[in-house]
Amino acid sequence: MANLKIGDGVIPFDLPGVDGKQHSYADYRGKSAVAVIFSCNHCPYVRAWEDRIVQIQADYSGKGVQLVAINSNDVSKYPDDSFPKMKERAREKHFNFPYLYDETQKLARAYGAERTPEVFLFDGSGTLRYHGMIDDNYDDPSAVRAKYLRDALDAVLNGKPPPVAETRPVGCTIKWK
Amino acid sequence: MKCFFREKRNYHVEARQVRDVRNARVKELEIRFLYYEECPSHEETLERLRKVLKEERIEADIEVVKVETDEQAKKLRFPGSPTILVNGHDIDPPSKPEYGLSCRAYQLEDGRISPLPSVSMIRRGVRAAVDKNLKRG
Repeated sequence: MANLKIGDGVIPFDLPGVDGKQHSYADYRGKSAVAVIFSCNHCPYVRAWEDRIVQIQADYSGKGVQLVAINSNDVSKYPDDSFPKMKERAREKHFNFPYLYDETQKLARAYGAERTPEVFLFDGSGTLRYHGMIDDNYDDPSAVRAKYLRDALDAVLNGKPPPVAETRPVGCTIKWK
Repeated sequence: MKCFFREKRNYHVEARQVRDVRNARVKELEIRFLYYEECPSHEETLERLRKVLKEERIEADIEVVKVETDEQAKKLRFPGSPTILVNGHDIDPPSKPEYGLSCRAYQLEDGRISPLPSVSMIRRGVRAAVDKNLKRG
């Protein structure tokens, strides 16, 4: 279960990214919203949602929104989630957001993240406004009925509470050491 | 007149014999459904499998196996959840199988990746096994 409740403040991060740079939450102060998405390479749920995540960043970057994907998986058991493989994936899928490596798994534990993908959306003041799924259909993008993250972003950008503040994340479990 | 009725009876007998052979071969289908509890797509996949079997009029039992440990996964050669085996054959054999407790990625007909096999993928796998059985004669 997540350690953050809706209304809690952000847990800052400071992690290496696939672009060779260090990324911290402080880098994104001034953004209208920051969505921390626990993710990875190998999980088919992430892979099913990946293009939609890229599209969300493309659609909302002009509105001051920043998505940040973080991989916390144990790469000794899941070598496809290694840092070099993360770099490959980011290149292959043209990630337009930072993809960070939480090697110690400290951030995932601090957040109480359990699944990939799992979204924690913070508003401009660093307050958690939405937690859960990207949308309601991992299998078929054309069959999505509830665009949870998009709806939450629209609400946050308008200074309103999301219509749905929390959903149960669906995906692979985070692979703990 | 007598010849006409004799021919008609023979046609029905032959059709029934073909149907009996098909039903017998279909009943020889061994369907095994393997899953890992932590991967959420197994329930929907099992429903898809049941739907396909119903549509194909196949009354085979499904052996449902819950894979709980890495050792069991390796022993069962479990490439991820969910996996459907028909007569021991994976409906979508992975090119480089790695056995363990994980969620499986299926590449669908349109190139997308999904955590569960499509209905058409399941149907192809089942039909291939039925056809193979029928050819055995």
